[in-house]
Amino acid sequence: MADSACVPSLAAAVPATTETPRHSALVRVTHWITTLCFFALLVSGIEIVISHPRFYWGEAGNVLTPPLFHLPIPASRSSVPTGYGYVLPDQNGWSRSLHFQSAWIAVLTGLLYAVSGLLTRHFRKNLLPAGADLSRRAFSGVIANHLRAKLPGEAEASSYNVLQRLTYLLVIFVLFPLVIWTGLAMSPAIASAFPAAVTVFGGQQSARTIHFFVSVFLVLFLLVHIVMVYRAGFRNRMRAMITGRAGAHKEHP
Amino acid sequence: MSSVSRRKLITTGLAATAGVSGLAVASRVAHRYGLIPPDHGGLYGIGQTLTYASQRLLTRHSLAREFPRSQISARPFANGKPPQGDDFKRLEAGNFADWRLAVDGMVARPASFSLAELRSYPSRSQITHLACEEGWSFVAEWIGVPLAHVLNVAGILPQARYVVYFSIQPDWSDSIDMADALHPQTFLTYGMNGGELPVGHGGPLRLRVPRQLGYKSVKYLTRLTVTDSLKQFSSESSYSWYAGI
Repeated sequence: MADSACVPSLAAAVPATTETPRHSALVRVTHWITTLCFFALLVSGIEIVISHPRFYWGEAGNVLTPPLFHLPIPASRSSVPTGYGYVLPDQNGWSRSLHFQSAWIAVLTGLLYAVSGLLTRHFRKNLLPAGADLSRRAFSGVIANHLRAKLPGEAEASSYNVLQRLTYLLVIFVLFPLVIWTGLAMSPAIASAFPAAVTVFGGQQSARTIHFFVSVFLVLFLLVHIVMVYRAGFRNRMRAMITGRAGAHKEHP
Repeated sequence: MSSVSRRKLITTGLAATAGVSGLAVASRVAHRYGLIPPDHGGLYGIGQTLTYASQRLLTRHSLAREFPRSQISARPFANGKPPQGDDFKRLEAGNFADWRLAVDGMVARPASFSLAELRSYPSRSQITHLACEEGWSFVAEWIGVPLAHVLNVAGILPQARYVVYFSIQPDWSDSIDMADALHPQTFLTYGMNGGELPVGHGGPLRLRVPRQLGYKSVKYLTRLTVTDSLKQFSSESSYSWYAGI
């Protein structure tokens, strides 16, 4: 994989190594804590959802009411009609405890990241797209490159293109807050103190359904994220996110 | 050692010391204000404590949402089977006329109440959401006497911190703190949707704790114990003790 072959002129313009790290220490640490929490939340979330793989809209819903949709999977509770002749082992106890503990760590880590990102102008410098990049022409250029499966040039080893910027902003400021909010909206105690946090979604079952879909979007983001990191040069990008250094050598995997 | 790394070391050391002493102070304050749940130890203790402490600060006096009659679920789901024991079947055959609720522990006047006595106390009703940890739920009208009323009849001693409650079903019990025990919507429930509480939903007597998940609303109640410690009532459950979540 010769990354520089795509944009040779840029490759020459950008120095291979710089004094400032590709990612700040805080970004690196919060990235990997969030990664660990995300996997814990995903595994425990799947465990929780198989105890009732049916989804509803509104305030209430149970096996006696028609679902909005159901996942065609077996369940871990015999009370749920799934069409399968067996019941999966019930792992909700530790799964729920792990889910909420990971959520706490992820939320506190995310707060640290968000506050420092505002203070250090990380969001403005690295994630907010430049006005010119949002023009239809610049935008369609980036999309066309993506569709042609064109590999990122060296310029993108030290900065993000407009699609990346918008995606990260969407994940950080829309999907993560929404998945936290819908999670909290399922809590009976939080609903008692902040009823509007639930009614804005149309009810606690609606919040649960939205929580599921936002989680699906986050998993899709993760898959695309991993594929893109792999295509852009897995070892260099991993080194950049672990040590902070973008890497002096071109990669020849 | 270069001066930069020494400065870093000193800064890190100071930050760590501040962090540890901050945690120690936080832990003392949390203990004093009853923000530490009984399951604060163990692998998930941090999460349980953060959830319980933050929700006790935010929701100590909040009221569970109540719904209009039109939102009562037409088909409430009764989870689980009624007790299979002979004692329950005998009481059911007698239309629960001999059902008793014992109240003991840290109370001035330990007592035992019949259903008729409980019904003679001021009756309250609430239309609230019952949400199971599995993900399903229904809305129903629950009729009963606030637990606080019965606890006051028995006279809670000042050192009381928890109420432990037992089902007639063996090995089925749970507990709540005094904030939930004295909460105006925590009911000893004997009626549902205008009628008697059906056996499937915990009849003749069920505790309703509407600000927590369904598993705290134990069915077929026979005994309440007021206590200052849950040590002797420890259970093997891997579920959160506090289920306001």
